[in-house]
Amino acid sequence: MPDDGTIEPLIRLRGIGKRFGAVRALDAVDLDIAPGERLGIVGHNGAGKSTLMQVLAGTLTADAGSIAIAGAVPRGYDVRRAHALGIGCVFQELSLCPNLRVFETVRILHHGLRGFGWPRRARRLIGAALDAIFPGHAIGTDATIGALPIGQRQMVEIARIFTETDRALRLVILDEPTSSLGARAAEQLLDFIRQAAARGIACLFVSHRLQEVLSHTDRVVVMRDGQVVADAPAAGLTRARLVAHMGMTGGETARGEMAQAASARPLRVDLALPGGALRAHAGEVIGLAGLDGHGQRDALLRIFAGQHGRAAYVSGDRPREGVFPLWSVARNLTVGLLGRLAHAGFLRPAEERALADAWRSRIGIRTPDVAQPILSLSGGNQQKVLIARAVAGTADILLLDDPMRGVDVGTKRDLFAAVRAEAAEGRCVLLYTTETAELEHCDRTYVFYRGAITAEIARETLSEERVLRASFADAG
Amino acid sequence: MPAEPGAGRAETLRALLPALALAAMLALIVYLQPRAMSYNGMRLLLNFSLPLIFAALAQLCVIAASDIDLGLGAFIGLVNSLSALLLATRPLLGALAMLACVLAYAGMGAFIAVRRLPSIVVTLGASFVWLGLALLVLPTPGGSAPEWLAALVRLKPPLLPLPVVFAIALAAFGHWFFMRSSYGVVLRGIGGAPQAVARAGWSLLAGRAALYGLAGVFGCLAGLLLTGLNTTGDANFGAPYTLLSIAAVIVGGGEFTGGIVAPVGAVLGAFIMLLTGSLLSFMDVSTDWQLSVQGAILIVVLGTRALQRQAAA
Repeated sequence: MPDDGTIEPLIRLRGIGKRFGAVRALDAVDLDIAPGERLGIVGHNGAGKSTLMQVLAGTLTADAGSIAIAGAVPRGYDVRRAHALGIGCVFQELSLCPNLRVFETVRILHHGLRGFGWPRRARRLIGAALDAIFPGHAIGTDATIGALPIGQRQMVEIARIFTETDRALRLVILDEPTSSLGARAAEQLLDFIRQAAARGIACLFVSHRLQEVLSHTDRVVVMRDGQVVADAPAAGLTRARLVAHMGMTGGETARGEMAQAASARPLRVDLALPGGALRAHAGEVIGLAGLDGHGQRDALLRIFAGQHGRAAYVSGDRPREGVFPLWSVARNLTVGLLGRLAHAGFLRPAEERALADAWRSRIGIRTPDVAQPILSLSGGNQQKVLIARAVAGTADILLLDDPMRGVDVGTKRDLFAAVRAEAAEGRCVLLYTTETAELEHCDRTYVFYRGAITAEIARETLSEERVLRASFADAG
Repeated sequence: MPAEPGAGRAETLRALLPALALAAMLALIVYLQPRAMSYNGMRLLLNFSLPLIFAALAQLCVIAASDIDLGLGAFIGLVNSLSALLLATRPLLGALAMLACVLAYAGMGAFIAVRRLPSIVVTLGASFVWLGLALLVLPTPGGSAPEWLAALVRLKPPLLPLPVVFAIALAAFGHWFFMRSSYGVVLRGIGGAPQAVARAGWSLLAGRAALYGLAGVFGCLAGLLLTGLNTTGDANFGAPYTLLSIAAVIVGGGEFTGGIVAPVGAVLGAFIMLLTGSLLSFMDVSTDWQLSVQGAILIVVLGTRALQRQAAA
């Protein structure tokens, strides 16, 4: 029974909490969604939006709190329960099997779609959904997913969620649905969502395009640090208000203790980009900011490709791109210098070890012995080894691609000190990070949005709000 | 229904290629040895392909999950040894042994799913277990095939010789199960994007166990047919089937990763792999070259596909 006499909400979340190790992704989130309501969720990277979506979709189980759907608390809530209750989710990363055909992916979603003639029913379902949402889509129901361009794949995935077999759809969760759709398809989708809402299907809409959220939802919820910090009707909101909500952190700043870089130093990087040039001088630490995936990594890779060995690239994706997991700390460090260490094709172990020891003390790698396996180190210390590997060479440009991923606070401080020290030696450092707090360590910061530079901010004038505003500089 | 885009053409070609290759090989064989075209000629030519057809289907089940089975040959050797030792004299115990073999395979699939281990490691390790068990039960070649099994492989159905009948039945079943049935779609989906299938609420554990269990069934049938053909057991008889079955699946249009398989093609691929030997002997080339030719076919197929992909990109 509704306790306050109003319409019973479709979804009622109370005190939802979720932790990943030491990170608190969701912290006592309360949220109601009414039938047929269009709800927008906005927030910076890591604010907890995607985690909340996944809890609602049943792909993640919350550590704390309760989920009530249409007044009932389902026991053992998971994907299949969610589906049976009429909740569907389009995930941010595409979740279709590339080897299957369009109609076959419908079968994956609907467990009840089986028995004689299921392919015919599946074709009809997805064909009708595609026609209804994206008129003129030109997608064959027998086409193989992997052969479709990414925009059409996204259309198939969205249309698939709107197919109905054994249960009525009640809530659709769309995580950044328009990011890989073209302008026309995005417009068609937003129109369709309005019609669906009129039929009583609620829609939860997560997007970084604030204008889109404001003009196509009834209510907007702002998340920050795993909490809901604002919840208001979309009609009374503006982009500026949203950005202000998203960025109001009490985070104290630790600026100022570092030496100013002289811009009279030689120019090391000059990369022309839409919206301005990215320039970096020797001795400078330059930040690349903005939302994840807006062209920062491409810029780093272009600089790397253009510098012919004078630049070193360090990725934060250590397991995949950086660390040789079976090797020792010393080996991992010296592998970038084998050309210089080799004597007629042979290495001298003592020399390797001396070099590794020298870097251990210089950059503060916390290990009793450089002969220890690299995986015995913490993530942050592994990252130090990778940075040492990069700077021990002859590179005078250091490209850091989100290097602080999964690194604890204390080690982060060490790492930034090391980066600073390398800059003081005359190297030029470019740091891509999605954490605004890390930009405090940069002399200047370029903010990216859709592959273009939208702002260049000097350290003295850096504020989270400025970075955020530039990160959301969509034209709308 | 909207027209299918051009990507369909590459798929049709992929499906047709093994059929065309087999037709060309058969044409060459008939040209060299016209008597091969007769019922008995075909029977002699193809009879030893029976275990390989089943082995190819078994391998296909595993490759459908983007896995690979390096222990299949040893497993077929184990079934060969067990069935030769037990089925003729103690049929009930023999049947139980066969059942245990299938369950062991399903269990292996579940183990790989639960521990998220690479199948290449687990199946390679298992291959030594199968071989060891086979040598344990049958240290020296011996035993005998039960009469019904020996009679089965001697069967002469009207119109088409036995291996062709089996091949058609198996290809039809494989195509229906993997390409048409509703659960087959889910199983191939596991090979394509396991995360996506799990997010739709399917159990990856059940899926892998089902695929490996089915592989175990086909592997068992391959071993039994081997017993029927050889009328004896040998732990090492199965060894060539590991690589031949992988080659049959790939030549037939499957891919090592991504859950892309073609059951009809795999059966044709099995014939292609087997006929290389006959073709060489008809051409008066030493059959010592057979392995090299089989390897070359595989490399040509994979190389052509890589070029195709480059052209498409």
